[in-house]
Amino acid sequence: MTTADDVRLAIDIGGTFTDTVLIDAKSNVVATTKTATTPHEPAFGALEGARIVLEKANVGWHQVAGFIHGTTLATNALIERRGARVVTVTTAGFRDILEIAYERRYSQYAINLEKPDLLVPRTHALTIGGRMDAQEHERHPLDEAAVDALAEELRALQAEAVAVCLLHAYANPAHEARLRALLVQRLPGLVVSLSHEVSPEAREFDRLCTTIANAYIQPLMASYLAKFQLQFASEGLACPILMMTAGGGMTTLDAAARLPIRLVESGPAGGAILAARIAAETSEAEVLSFDMGGTTAKLCLIDNFRPQNARKFEISRAERFVKGSGMPVRIPVIEMIEIGAGGGSIASVDWLGRLQVGPESAGSDPGPAAFGKGGEAPTVTDADVAQGLIEPGRFAEGRLNIDRGAAEAALAKHIGAPLGVDALAAAFGLSEIVDENMASAGRMHAVESGKDLGARVMIAFGGNGPLHATRVARRAQVRRILIPRDPGVGSAVGFLYAPVSFEIVRSRYSLLDKLDIDGLNRFFADIVKEAEDLVRTGAPQGALTQRRTAFMRYHGQGHEIEIELPARPMEASDVAFLQAAFEAEYSRQFSRIVPGMSIEILNWALSVSSPAPALQAAAPLPPPTPVKPRETRDILCDVAGTLKPAAVFDREELPLGATLRGPALIIEPQTTTLVSADFSARVDGQGNIWLTGDPEERP
Amino acid sequence: MTIPDTRLQVMWNRLLAVVEEQGQALIRAAFSPIVRECGDISAGIFDASGRMLAQAVTGTPGHINTMAEAVKTLRARFPVAEMRPGDIYMTNDPWIASGHLNDFLLMMPVFHSGSVIGFTSCTSHLVDLGGLGMGPEGADIYDEGLLIPPCKLVSEGVVNALLLDIVKANSREPIANEGDIYALIACCEAGATRLHQMMLEFGLDDLDALADHIIETSRRGTLAAIAALPKGTWRSVLTVDGYDAEIDLHAALTIADDHLLLDFAGTDPCVSKGINVPLNYATAYSVFALRCIIGPDIPNNAGSLEPFRVTGPKGCILNAQAPAPVAMRHTLGQMTPDLVYGCLSQALPDLVPAEGASCMYDLPMRNVPEASDPFALELVFNGGTGARKQLDGLSATAFPSGVWGSQIETTEAVAPVLFHRRELRMDSGGPGRTRGGLGQHIEVSSADGQDILLFLSVERVRNAAKGRHGGGDGASGRIRIGHDGPDLPSKGEFRIPGDKTLVFETPGGGGFGPPQERDTKTVENDVAAGLVSAHAAKSIYGGQE
Repeated sequence: MTTADDVRLAIDIGGTFTDTVLIDAKSNVVATTKTATTPHEPAFGALEGARIVLEKANVGWHQVAGFIHGTTLATNALIERRGARVVTVTTAGFRDILEIAYERRYSQYAINLEKPDLLVPRTHALTIGGRMDAQEHERHPLDEAAVDALAEELRALQAEAVAVCLLHAYANPAHEARLRALLVQRLPGLVVSLSHEVSPEAREFDRLCTTIANAYIQPLMASYLAKFQLQFASEGLACPILMMTAGGGMTTLDAAARLPIRLVESGPAGGAILAARIAAETSEAEVLSFDMGGTTAKLCLIDNFRPQNARKFEISRAERFVKGSGMPVRIPVIEMIEIGAGGGSIASVDWLGRLQVGPESAGSDPGPAAFGKGGEAPTVTDADVAQGLIEPGRFAEGRLNIDRGAAEAALAKHIGAPLGVDALAAAFGLSEIVDENMASAGRMHAVESGKDLGARVMIAFGGNGPLHATRVARRAQVRRILIPRDPGVGSAVGFLYAPVSFEIVRSRYSLLDKLDIDGLNRFFADIVKEAEDLVRTGAPQGALTQRRTAFMRYHGQGHEIEIELPARPMEASDVAFLQAAFEAEYSRQFSRIVPGMSIEILNWALSVSSPAPALQAAAPLPPPTPVKPRETRDILCDVAGTLKPAAVFDREELPLGATLRGPALIIEPQTTTLVSADFSARVDGQGNIWLTGDPEERP
Repeated sequence: MTIPDTRLQVMWNRLLAVVEEQGQALIRAAFSPIVRECGDISAGIFDASGRMLAQAVTGTPGHINTMAEAVKTLRARFPVAEMRPGDIYMTNDPWIASGHLNDFLLMMPVFHSGSVIGFTSCTSHLVDLGGLGMGPEGADIYDEGLLIPPCKLVSEGVVNALLLDIVKANSREPIANEGDIYALIACCEAGATRLHQMMLEFGLDDLDALADHIIETSRRGTLAAIAALPKGTWRSVLTVDGYDAEIDLHAALTIADDHLLLDFAGTDPCVSKGINVPLNYATAYSVFALRCIIGPDIPNNAGSLEPFRVTGPKGCILNAQAPAPVAMRHTLGQMTPDLVYGCLSQALPDLVPAEGASCMYDLPMRNVPEASDPFALELVFNGGTGARKQLDGLSATAFPSGVWGSQIETTEAVAPVLFHRRELRMDSGGPGRTRGGLGQHIEVSSADGQDILLFLSVERVRNAAKGRHGGGDGASGRIRIGHDGPDLPSKGEFRIPGDKTLVFETPGGGGFGPPQERDTKTVENDVAAGLVSAHAAKSIYGGQE
């Protein structure tokens, strides 16, 4: 049972830093810290972070009633190719699903392009006889006589994990299940991932890739999770550990060990959960979340307090951020666009004299030139330092010394000299380019989703989000920005607001006017049971909520629209409702419907969730209180393009209701908020900073 | 402090982002499978004098150059002084827009402070324009459907309803056509709005300085790339299958100090079937092939495209004149990169790949008229690409088009067909020091015993992709009904009996360099992976069997 003294702990292990956050029973953040990630033994850095926040809050392990963990380990294992030796088994006659893929080059003009490495060479691609069809019927039985020989080949190839993906297994999984049973009889202890369990959607290439990726990291993640749990238990942790997933929910260690692919990209998901919660607390129905860190920027659309979903993303792209250059993974995820724009992104001038920023990053070692750790290339952070936007003694909790001279020298040498300008102009140009890149990515993401950015509130966080928010917003036609509390550890804070949940997307093709209602209800009953059983292991008490959706389109179109269904068995009368809901959403996105065109449904999704922690009651907006700056400092004004004095404030000294006008800097231990000359700021009753663009001041 | 050229570059980046956004919006709204699978659309921004400043990088190269020229043509046709805010012009004339009737091009003047400061334009492939429909059987352009000459589609925001009615009345897919035309209108308008917003944000009165910066920077870069090339003229001949007789395509490529000139003189004349190619479309694919090698990182615009010039005698099959039928102009259009590379590889032997399958292997299948459940499949498959000097060709990969291949499961879910096999074709990659990409072996039959109609318009059945510099040819395409059935020609209409299997083998790419020089270990790996047979390893590569 939880009590008023209980606390909950979240640990987000990133590539460079491990973020730890402790909240009390009322969801107030009571302590945060950033510690260095310890790559060889990630639990060490995590334990250190946990001890620090417990000490800061003066609570003991016995009071920790909830523990949520997210890690980049799964992602990194895929990027760094540190997974298991995987052998695939596909349907006889279809050995080359992986090699053939979508028959496409990801870069149109690249004559010397190489296809992405998809982890399993053709020598490790085996097949087995047997065939299901799209209507769930068995066309040919599983060739059980061939299983002995198959097991022998697996042994000869020294398979460490097997990925089985048989045609139409999403519709009828009998052959996959039977094959696993037969193989495990012959090879006890064999790790097998089945496509219908990992990703029960039609499209054999995507499903196979997802199954391979799961198999590839399964042995590694299973042993990591077991050890992590042991280490925290011996420290005194008594509650179960829950894992953050890419879909924005929490899941149990057992489920995570079975489907580790769902742990990929869980950090960014935490950020989106935080933004969605703040959207709900402030009643903002249309939000753009903007999370800019050291290496990348992540943008996510949040409508009606729910981050946009997707069912597919790409991992370990050969060319970072180029679509199609990676391995597609089809699992439920929070939809976001990630581009190579962070504090460490490196700038250069190409042979045409074009200034380029990113996607290469100086990382944290050597890091930007201003870190004085041997980095020579000018970065986004160097440009911010040169423009006076970062206070040298207070960067990253004061743990990093900032060398402004080194930043200016790098800018002058690598950008200024080739373009014939001074270091300050180079810094200004660099910022303009990277801010434009982020704004363009946001606009493109909105277009791809049939949405618009203009009316949205941007919720900005991450180490660099508050610093670049006004500059990106102006280019994206966004006029209102919210900087939450603790923006530097936003993802870990988000973990603590996630529900225990599990989502299943499964293919079942039908024309809307030929929908088999009884068959569909049986189909849903199966996946409801599967998802509820799983969620109950992580959330034994409390009511569970269901969200059912259908992915629909006009027959012949390539783009599907997600339509929410009633959370109950379907009735014949629901068909008319589905059609009306589809037409309403279609006309919202495309301004018209297409009368007479038949409608088809490809996939159905179910999400089962435990309740999320209750929202905090909105505090009344305090009366405006103009505040005086601690000091003023010259910065390069991004509106005028000239040096101007900016007011400097400490965030912790700003009272609720504080108001101030740009140009100004608001400094806190883990980040700085830039209030541009065309924005003014106000602190609300919950301590969020609101930045509002003043159209009169626009350039 | 002065704002450096970086401000101009930020605006250039903005224009590039805007045209990509417009392209994505068009693809999302499209009804035509070819738009969805190939991204067969385009979007561009132009300055007041009609010079192209930015164009979306879309799935097919067929719009490179064609859009730039089309806007110039339309702008010359309609006096700028008579243009009003909200006007939009349109045509699908194959010789102005994009080589066949299905491609509709729209152009909209953009106003700022009361005068025209530029244009937005976009193109999309409409599903059906009447006539005999998509196929090579038309005897002339009149058989192929409705041609709309340059006209004003929207006048100060009001759509010409009669014009739209005519387009709908002449189509088997009126609803889809109307939807696609509205999507094009929305695309032009959204581009114009974004351009206008950008000018306000950056305080611009016109686009002149920005246009000069974009065009001059791109021209300078392109000329620098050309300056690095050897100078001279190189000739090449490519024989293609044609419809019922082989056709010779001729090219002479001249590399001069400040431009490239490609001349198709000597090419065979047009034929009576709709595989003829208007010059704008042949130019698009040819220039695409050249730009893959020469300055590929410079965006397409008036400055980067101007030094690439293409000509050909009127009436040759790569400069078809009205009223020649042109519906399937892409079949031969996609072969022009191999023709161009035949010239360029003599000048730049290390940089140009061997010939590839090149023409995409469409597999359109429909129900027979007496079938109870109608269906229509537009499946797309590809063969192998040519070997590069340092890299093997890519197996089962589209080039020069950027088409997406089909997935078996989604195909079988929507139509009564059953695939029995889809694997790489062993030994189909042309042997060489680097090997050509492999083709595919595909077997498909009816799932319910009904006969199926098949419409073929492919290439490289009689003329394989040639190797270069001692490399061997890729395997030819091979199509038959039943494993022991006779080989079918590359074009025509066929009936697959309900109890027979279609065996559809796509071509391999050519090899590069003598196969005997291929690294032994690499040959062994190919044998181990089943890409090359042990027999071929010994007899062609000289390895151990």
